[in-house]
Amino acid sequence: MSEISSDAVKSPGAISLEVDDAVFAVDHPVRDPQALTSALLYLDAITVSFDGFRALNALSLVIGDREMRAIIGPNGAGKTTMMDVITGKTRPNTGTALFAGINDLTTLDEAAIAQLGIGRKFQTPTVFDMHTVEDNILLAVKADRRAFANIRWHRTAHESARVDELLERVRLKDHRFRRAGDLSHGQKQWLEIGMLLAQEPRLLLVDEPAAGMTDQETADTAVLLKEIAKTRSVVVVEHDMQFVRDLDVKVTVLHEGSVLAEGPLDQVSADPRVIEVYLGR
Amino acid sequence: MNRTRIIDRTGGIFLVIVLAAAVLVPASNLLLSPTNPLHVPDYMIPLLGKYLSYALLAVAVDLVWGYCGVLSLGHGAFFALGGYAMGMYLMRQIGPRGVYGNPVLPDFMVFLNYKELPWFWLGFDWFPFAALMVLLVPGLLAFVFGWFAFRSRVTGVYLSIITQAMTFALMLAFFRNDMGFGGNNGLTDFKDILGFSIQAPQTRLVLFVASALALALGYLICRALVTSKYGKVLVAVRDAESRTRFLGYRVENYKLLAWTLSAMLAGVAGALYVPQVGIINPSEFAPAQSIEMVIWVAVGGRGTLVGAALGALIVNAGKTWFTGVLPDAWLFALGALFVVVTLFLPKGVLGLGAQISGRLRRRPPVPVESTP
Ligand SMILES: Nc1ncnc2c1ncn2[C@@H]1O[C@H](COP(=O)(O)OP(=O)(O)OP(=O)(O)O)[C@@H](O)[C@H]1O
Ligand SMILES: [Mg+2]
Repeated sequence: MSEISSDAVKSPGAISLEVDDAVFAVDHPVRDPQALTSALLYLDAITVSFDGFRALNALSLVIGDREMRAIIGPNGAGKTTMMDVITGKTRPNTGTALFAGINDLTTLDEAAIAQLGIGRKFQTPTVFDMHTVEDNILLAVKADRRAFANIRWHRTAHESARVDELLERVRLKDHRFRRAGDLSHGQKQWLEIGMLLAQEPRLLLVDEPAAGMTDQETADTAVLLKEIAKTRSVVVVEHDMQFVRDLDVKVTVLHEGSVLAEGPLDQVSADPRVIEVYLGR
Repeated sequence: MNRTRIIDRTGGIFLVIVLAAAVLVPASNLLLSPTNPLHVPDYMIPLLGKYLSYALLAVAVDLVWGYCGVLSLGHGAFFALGGYAMGMYLMRQIGPRGVYGNPVLPDFMVFLNYKELPWFWLGFDWFPFAALMVLLVPGLLAFVFGWFAFRSRVTGVYLSIITQAMTFALMLAFFRNDMGFGGNNGLTDFKDILGFSIQAPQTRLVLFVASALALALGYLICRALVTSKYGKVLVAVRDAESRTRFLGYRVENYKLLAWTLSAMLAGVAGALYVPQVGIINPSEFAPAQSIEMVIWVAVGGRGTLVGAALGALIVNAGKTWFTGVLPDAWLFALGALFVVVTLFLPKGVLGLGAQISGRLRRRPPVPVESTP
């Protein structure tokens, strides 16, 4: 407990744990110190309203350390909005969002959350079109993010090695000097995954990585993500059921902003409610 | 990516031309006989110096527009503030030689029944202080403006509009007589700069050379910035701002730094401009002036720095020529030029040059940065 507290002081936006334990126990039974530390990502009762429309409705989700989770659900279920909340793009109206048990994500901005170790791949691949493939990776490699430090910057051996390694890993080594804007759709998706890895995040949020990919690329992406999940937590949103099957992990079904079902794919896909809102159509 | 070379081929050629002009123009003016066709006459010197100060201004505009995606329609304000700081120094240099012969108060203050110098005029009789203000006043305004604008994430057209509003508000303020800056007439009738007569041909040569050196230095500073990793982040912000945030960069700080530096360079340009044209008045704050600056950059080639300087020279030389031949048609010509460049030369004159030389060498053209 004392260890956590000292950590909390150092970390920006960390919620205070100096609260009476009794208060915790009564009002927020799930927020006891144990739960605060065991889950890497902890969302509880998150609600997001856009002009009265509830994109997220009392959503709760817990992702463990080095867990991979697949999220499925119909269009408009709130999958992307959930990622917006986790990464600081959208502030929830109510609810709790904790990272590593101590960082209150609802009080931090995007840059701070990224620096904490949450990386995100967007639904539409977003890379820096005018920069080379190599520069895209380099800009993502974990390093000092401050403006003045980057004026004086010179590439270190460590950075070179990281860039090479990542380009190799996402199979773009032969394209390193091409403009990222000239890559194919699938290559851009992989470049963005490469950028994600370059950040060395503890948690990766991957929104529809297989969209626009060939079957072979899709299968390769599943292998890549499973490999990544050996050392990091990964949350994957995907509509492609074959892809989700390939991942072979616990599945959460979102519907109208809350969790409809959770469990192994075979179990949730047999759930009549899931069939009705999603799979049956 | 290793750090890109600060002086590339285009930049090298540009610097050689600017520095050669700094040597050859004075040499030709002083050494050649007036009948020689290569002789640069006296009246041309402050005119060329004015173009160079505009070129520096254009480089400043390009730093924020071309690399950071901030389309400023208010850079005239920073330019004019630098100009006023210099103008205040020049006014104080007049001393008792004004029409009213007051040793402390400039003529317009005597005329308006000022009893003593307003507090914000204190210190401007001392050149180092005035020079510092040339940097600090535009820099501070830009910093405060940028702090609020970038933090509240105003972007795109909205940001352009509030920069325009900023310069418009300043224009209205400076037009008022009780602001203490000479109102409508502004500051003029300068006599000396650093003890040398401002009309003397030698002084004008020195000012011309100073403008050329300031342009070269301003270019090098901006170039060093945009070739660093900081500059790569700026371009990333321009093309995909929110992606850059999700990589952990504090976008507002990156913008604020470029924006403030750009305003200071614009201030220096204004300070070089004023002694060469002999006047500064509130019309420099006019929104149309700031829009013209953006056109210079578009004509020369946005996001290249050299192109911006080139555009300022081409458009202003054209303006001088045009207003001599067809004074009323200049605004139409400028508008037409802008339309032609937007439609047919999206990468400006410099982009056209690169395209032609690329084709000659049977290579694809150099990728130049995109437009928003
Ligand atoms: N900024 C916003 N303003 C208003 N409504 C929004 C906003 N963002 C999302 N929504 C709405 O919230 C709902 C959830 O959207 P979200 O993008 O999270 O769905 P999704 O599950 O990612 O869907 P898809 O599978 O199509 O990507 C949608 O109905 C959407 O229209
Ligand atoms: Mg979505």
